[in-house]
Amino acid sequence: MRVFLTGVLFAAALLAPAGAVVAQNGPLRIEITDGVIEPLPYAVPSFIAETASANELSAQIARVVASDLSGTGLFREIPASAHISKVTDFNAQVQYADWKAVNAQALITGAVSVNGNRLTVRFRGYDVFADKELDGGGLQFTGTTDGWRRMAHKVADTIYSRITGEGGYFDSRVVYVSENGPKNDRRKRLAIMDYDGANVQFLTNSASIVLAPRFSPSGDRVLYTSYESGFPQIHVMDIGKVQRRVLSTDDGIMSFAPRFSPDGRTVVYSQSQGGNTDLFTMDINSGKLTRLTSAPSIETAPSFSPDGSQIVFESDRSGSQQLYVMAATGGDARRISHGKGRYGTPVWSPRGDLLAFTKQNKGRFHIGVMRTDGSEERLLTASFLDEGPTWSPNGRVIMFTRETQGANGRALLYSVDISGRNLKPVRTPDGGSDPAWSPLQN
Amino acid sequence: MSGLTKVILVVSALGLAACDNLTGGSGNSTDLNSAGAGSVADQTSAAYFQQEIGDRVLFVVNQSTLTTQAEGVLLSQANWLLANTDYTATIEGHADEQGTREYNLALGARRANAAREYLVSRGVAGNRIKVLSYGKERPLEICSDESCYSQNRRAVTILTGGLTG
Repeated sequence: MRVFLTGVLFAAALLAPAGAVVAQNGPLRIEITDGVIEPLPYAVPSFIAETASANELSAQIARVVASDLSGTGLFREIPASAHISKVTDFNAQVQYADWKAVNAQALITGAVSVNGNRLTVRFRGYDVFADKELDGGGLQFTGTTDGWRRMAHKVADTIYSRITGEGGYFDSRVVYVSENGPKNDRRKRLAIMDYDGANVQFLTNSASIVLAPRFSPSGDRVLYTSYESGFPQIHVMDIGKVQRRVLSTDDGIMSFAPRFSPDGRTVVYSQSQGGNTDLFTMDINSGKLTRLTSAPSIETAPSFSPDGSQIVFESDRSGSQQLYVMAATGGDARRISHGKGRYGTPVWSPRGDLLAFTKQNKGRFHIGVMRTDGSEERLLTASFLDEGPTWSPNGRVIMFTRETQGANGRALLYSVDISGRNLKPVRTPDGGSDPAWSPLQN
Repeated sequence: MSGLTKVILVVSALGLAACDNLTGGSGNSTDLNSAGAGSVADQTSAAYFQQEIGDRVLFVVNQSTLTTQAEGVLLSQANWLLANTDYTATIEGHADEQGTREYNLALGARRANAAREYLVSRGVAGNRIKVLSYGKERPLEICSDESCYSQNRRAVTILTGGLTG
């Protein structure tokens, strides 16, 4: 696939934590200083239609690429109206001077052909001020026309990775709870969409409450809690077939807060019995249960470390909700949250380096991140009610639920960079809550 | 489950002013007893249980401890259930919106169980009473201040069965 490889030095640490300054002398760089970032200017002209039937998609694909890149807050598009050069031949020499003149530091060109329902997208990225192609060269993706947005996301993921040195996250999906109606008659149904809110598909009807869906590591299944039986129970759904089954069936025992282990074979979750909530694991095939905690306090919201060896969870054993880490087999847990207020919903970053959490303090809610030992806590948001963070596949962006105050309060999905920048709503057709981000698709 | 609910504490100084209207019928839109099967005049009816006995108890922020007022209501519920043995009950626990979703589910379960344990301590057979939590999913009142929150932190005894069932 990497057909046009040329050697170009490139920025590797553009997304360093806030406060860092990227020290490199390459031609392309994003300065990250204390809370201030200058987005990198780039141009992405409409891709070239190589067949007549590709006219529409060639323009649309370039727009999705631009939406992905600019949506990160790290890139700023030079609009087509400012372009001097028109790219009409994918293989022709790029007129660097024309792109330098409009200060486009990066340029993305592409070509699209459609044969029947078969779609081929070729693209190249350029480091304009170095008069060179980006390291890695041109690439080609082939698929079906109805998957054109995914192809665009793959193009944007490639460019993003080459310029930031990070993995991409645009070719991913989000499962969430779609919400309709007033607070005292809220209708909830499970929905899945592309990470940017496109292609929404509903997976359940709103006849029963559904809560907190979570993807399997391979992205093919979703765990969630449903009141379908009149009682909260964990369900697992095969997304492709939209088939579901109940994971736990014991009458009189509420089960909720499920999450997959990294190998997809085990589910860790909470069971509530006699008013007491503890953590258990279940072998998803055999149904075998293992108790992990046995304290009179509430233990819930468990999340595995990416290597599967540890579990972070919340407990009020100290008298208020706090975060704890223990071995995945249970046993002693050590408290890691020590700041003021209450901490809940911890989620281990896919990179393993950070935990995202919800914090409640002085009547406000925050989404925050901390190291896995509890150090270097940083709050990224503040509002009347923020909760339930989920990580982008590259561990750089967090999506969460924000609910507004009052009788007309409404839940919406938001995303924020782990630096605290680029806070913005995620477009959904109705209200939304409990987002869970998929892994990068294959 | 332990000390949390078996010990019946007398709590009197926790700001119970908002709990006076335990039996009032305001805003019962999400609680099933609002169907109020039977006539209030019939002392064996679900309607009588809901409106005259009182089908719900309220809780202090983040607590599942029964207040003295809650105990009074539950004592009446227990006596009624002992006299009306055709009924079984599900106690639904709820939380206000100021909390994370899963914690509030667990908190609602604690509250429902606290009510259940009181009824059992007063002689109601344990196998007649199930518990269930809705966490913050089913608020009764929708404003975002204590006047609503205090009504939403509740455990509601929903009757099932019974001759008028």
